[in-house]
Amino acid sequence: MPETLSFYLLAGLSVVASTLVIGQGNPMYSVMMLIASFAGLAGLYILLDAPFVAMAQIIIYAGAIMVLFLFVVMLLNAPQEDAAEWDRTHPLRRPAWARLGAAMGMLLAVQLVWALSAATGLTEPVGSRGGAATISSVRELGRVLFSDHGFAFEATSILILVAMVGAVVLARREGES
Amino acid sequence: MNVQLLAQFVVVFAAFFLLVNMSAVLVLAERKVMGFMQQRYGPYLVGPHGVLQPLADILKLLMKEELRPKGADKWLFTLAPVVAVTAAFAAFATVPFGGETTLFGLLDQPLKLGAADVNVGVLVVFAITSMGVYGIVLAGWSSNSKYALFGGLRASAQMISYELSYATALAAIIMLAGSMSVREMVDSQTGYWFGFIPKWYVFLQPVGFIIYFIAGVAETNRAPFDFPEAEQELVAGFNTEYSSVRFALFPQAEYINMVTVAAVATDLFLGGWHGLLPFYTPLDSLIEEWNIGWMVFFAKIGGILFFYIWMRWTVPRYRYDQLMKFGWKWLLPASVINLLVTAAMMLYFNA
Repeated sequence: MPETLSFYLLAGLSVVASTLVIGQGNPMYSVMMLIASFAGLAGLYILLDAPFVAMAQIIIYAGAIMVLFLFVVMLLNAPQEDAAEWDRTHPLRRPAWARLGAAMGMLLAVQLVWALSAATGLTEPVGSRGGAATISSVRELGRVLFSDHGFAFEATSILILVAMVGAVVLARREGES
Repeated sequence: MNVQLLAQFVVVFAAFFLLVNMSAVLVLAERKVMGFMQQRYGPYLVGPHGVLQPLADILKLLMKEELRPKGADKWLFTLAPVVAVTAAFAAFATVPFGGETTLFGLLDQPLKLGAADVNVGVLVVFAITSMGVYGIVLAGWSSNSKYALFGGLRASAQMISYELSYATALAAIIMLAGSMSVREMVDSQTGYWFGFIPKWYVFLQPVGFIIYFIAGVAETNRAPFDFPEAEQELVAGFNTEYSSVRFALFPQAEYINMVTVAAVATDLFLGGWHGLLPFYTPLDSLIEEWNIGWMVFFAKIGGILFFYIWMRWTVPRYRYDQLMKFGWKWLLPASVINLLVTAAMMLYFNA
């Protein structure tokens, strides 16, 4: 019973906070809500008997990445972007690119539905599969990550690289070479 | 009432009580040590030799008016000191401060001295410590003041830069100990090499210890890394606009974080409650026999904290670009090389 209750509490926190992230006018509040959402997720991982993943979530996302976000928000000091201007002039808003983006979005949605419906063993706790989160389970996690899921791991790193290039392209002002 | 549970509550409360008072004692210690180093007495008027000075300071702060600047963000301005001090207290939760005791046979099962024993304890300490930066950053941003904003900016940049080295130094120790529970890591340091050198990790990881300590000083925003509150440049940095209790919480969080860094250093590098001095003395056997390891633990913490204060009044503050250069170009490569060498040595000697 307490587990079910805490599951709904934490899941509710994550969902509500994630919704509020995109519902805030002030980017500072968005960052705060995202941290709250990560905290809820970390709690869910602990419920799943995966404390290592929970702590990694807090350390990497809430601890490092969100501090970087805050840094950027503070550095820009929360300017109000002119959305209409951006809509008209930005190169990525041309119809061809927009269509490509829409198609990719559809593909992602289909993939998600497919992956979630094909997943098995969702009812059994993760801990019973990998053992308790001692160093051996961390070692096992590393082994699985770099052998069985090696392709996904490498593909993700390339994805992050692409995102980085994308950020540079977006941040570059027009007319600069 | 379950006696075991009650005893555990007492231990948790003792840890809390200890941290609250540590911050007061450290304020006094800092001023006394500073006074000694500058050939004067330090606070001397309140109580004998000025020992009640922290009490007077706290009373003064409590009675001051709470100000909030116009245009400050109401919610975040109030939230910031709360976040700072909560994270500081919570980080100590998984730090054990003594071996097992039955309280002179009062309890059926031995009680572990420490608020909580989690099997990913090191990571919990690190995760919650890294949450503490939000207190400082939010304080800087929500004050609606240029100086405070610069303080917050510096804090976030400094934290990200030094957290990497800090975590990498910890990773080497985790590999050596083969565990992430702080208690198991302490207990893997029992015994002696050649009969007189205690098996502390500081002897296996001297570079790691130095990196951890430097990064720890930077994480707690202490001189020579106190950029977020550099007086000469930023008035008082991130807490410029704070007054009264809200202001008092920031130094308190800083001192508690100092205690946590010192406690983790003691647990992971200096053998925790095993062995008093870096060589065998008959005192060690006596300590084990009487089961007063926690006193040894606090003696070591005291030593490290004295070093902290000593450093603050000895080393001048760096320039900001020197801080970044040092963090990224020296400390981080050094910690990565340390990690690689440790891993290679472990493979070489085990295989």
